[in-house]
Amino acid sequence: MKQKFDIIQSTCVPLPLENVDTDQIIPARFLKATTRDEKFFGDNLFRDWRFDKEGNPKPDFVLNDPTYGGEILVAGKNFGSGSSREHAAWAIAGYGFRVVISSFFADIHKNNELNNFVLPVVVSEEFLAELFASIKADPKMEVKVDVPNQTVTNLATGRSEHFDINGYKKYCLMNALDDIDFLLENKDKIEAYEQSR
Amino acid sequence: MNTLFDKIWDAHVVQNVEDGPTQLYIDRLYCHEVTSPQAFEGMRQRGLKCLRPDQIFCMPDHNTPTHDQDKPIEDPVSKTQVDTLAKNAADFGLTHFGMMDDKNGIIHVVGPERGLSLPGMTIVCGDSHTSTHGAVGAVAFGIGTSEVEMVMASQCILQQKPKSMRINVEGQLKWGVTAKDIALYLMSKLTTSGATGYFVEYAGSAVRNLSMEGRLTLCNLSIEMGARGGFIAPDEKTFAYLKGREYAPKGEEWDKAVEYWKTLKSGDDAVFDKELTFQAEDIEPMITYGTNPGMGMGINEAVPTLDSIDEAGQASFIKSLDYMGFQPGEKLLGKKVDYVFLGACTNGRIEDFRMFTYLVKGKKKADGVTAWLVPGSWMVSKQIHEEGLDRVLEAAGFEIRQPGCSACLAMNDDKIPAGKLSVSTSNRNFEGRQGPGARTILASPLTAAAAAITGVITDPRVFMKENQN
Repeated sequence: MKQKFDIIQSTCVPLPLENVDTDQIIPARFLKATTRDEKFFGDNLFRDWRFDKEGNPKPDFVLNDPTYGGEILVAGKNFGSGSSREHAAWAIAGYGFRVVISSFFADIHKNNELNNFVLPVVVSEEFLAELFASIKADPKMEVKVDVPNQTVTNLATGRSEHFDINGYKKYCLMNALDDIDFLLENKDKIEAYEQSR
Repeated sequence: MNTLFDKIWDAHVVQNVEDGPTQLYIDRLYCHEVTSPQAFEGMRQRGLKCLRPDQIFCMPDHNTPTHDQDKPIEDPVSKTQVDTLAKNAADFGLTHFGMMDDKNGIIHVVGPERGLSLPGMTIVCGDSHTSTHGAVGAVAFGIGTSEVEMVMASQCILQQKPKSMRINVEGQLKWGVTAKDIALYLMSKLTTSGATGYFVEYAGSAVRNLSMEGRLTLCNLSIEMGARGGFIAPDEKTFAYLKGREYAPKGEEWDKAVEYWKTLKSGDDAVFDKELTFQAEDIEPMITYGTNPGMGMGINEAVPTLDSIDEAGQASFIKSLDYMGFQPGEKLLGKKVDYVFLGACTNGRIEDFRMFTYLVKGKKKADGVTAWLVPGSWMVSKQIHEEGLDRVLEAAGFEIRQPGCSACLAMNDDKIPAGKLSVSTSNRNFEGRQGPGARTILASPLTAAAAAITGVITDPRVFMKENQN
């Protein structure tokens, strides 16, 4: 959903597993929808980790643990590997996450998050390890993500890091603009390119 | 600098956005039924038409059943998705190869075999295995649905230019080692994120010596190392493969094209951000033991022990082995196999069926193994018949199904039941990939064939020796 980004401060949901692939974020059998209904995808986020075969919540999975909540998902390295399915980003957005913090993201999924106004924040391994420890010690601790200044801060320890985002994408996020808006404005350049070939 | 990737990328730059991505021109967009409906929906909401409809090709593959394709799809949700693609293609004036059309098949099998994917092109599709088309010397990569919509609207995409990596595989592959084994070997060395942020050029004598089918398999799996794409510089083998194919240029156009394609190679002075070299003779037939494609090993080796895994990765490692039902440190040779799947955009081509047939010829499928042999396209299916492979396979107790993605991701009826062990020539062994609770071992067509006739994990070279004598 298009929404403007500024400063987000929230508690976190920890998922300290590495290589979380998009088949886990949203299994293939939920890809048969022909509309972009974020609520449907959000309801099935991490479906097979979150629910048993009968559809009952699995109590040991973090999304079913009332101790944790918030707009920030914190995950182990190489988050979103595998399939290009944007449904994974729709599921994350549909569930209500606005930021995903990890030490490493898979390329296609990272773009898909950005295109759906979910901000992937890449932090160092040390920052990530400390953040998991802080959340474990106090599930109510908060993280502050400051998009204008490109900083992420663990408010329990005060540790802060700069994160990368290109100027164009930052402008898009802060103003709720998407790439198609931009491309449509540049039609003359496309035609000029085609004629030059 | 001066890499083949640079040459193709630079030739497609419309503009470099200030402090932002590149606006890249796209020659070919492929659409399948799963990742396109929301893009078409977006186009309608914005009141847009496709800017260059003749550069867009659509075909269903993920939901298609592998039997009775002449009848309506039984699953109403799958049927809706497949019908939606046909309607969208008609509404937007796009070419559509529907089910039962003799041009239908898995998009990544059809593109090259019809001459739609050509050297020097930029090719995208809402599918991570779009990297496959790199085998013809194209820059091909998977994209999300919002990006599919971008290309429909503008024939362009906004992308950060990736870094370049060259992977050389030198020397002679051992007998019984295939392109699939090279890819599984590279993943086991690089991990599933080792090439993230890079575009890979595969080179070296072992890569050059691969057939076009082998090259397609290798490039297909680039994404499983995290790479956005992988490609191989076009050569005489590429030109011979493409010549005369339906959508390839003809006559004078062909000569002109080949002349240009011959310039498509990295310069002798090319500088890559990363360069790796491996020796072909170090590669054994490979299998995976875990729940990502990087968790692979030689077929005779043992699963790693816990103390060999770094601390941050141990939770995922234990979860993975729990899911597979394997113990750290154990060998997998001799494990009972329930299902064998030959097919997918990875290994659904004619050469894969030839390999499988060669190994099972004169033998019988093991009782207790369910085998699904699914050609990647109708063209492959026809060739299987013309070469008489189907008769050999039938005599050995195997049947050929109709083309589609099938059990690779189980969006149709071809689901491996929970707890069952499958030896699969597909590309991913993620939890639940082949059906909820299904356990997947990735392997080559030869290793899959050996499992199909013995009913257990078996080194295919045992039978190859036997056949040779």
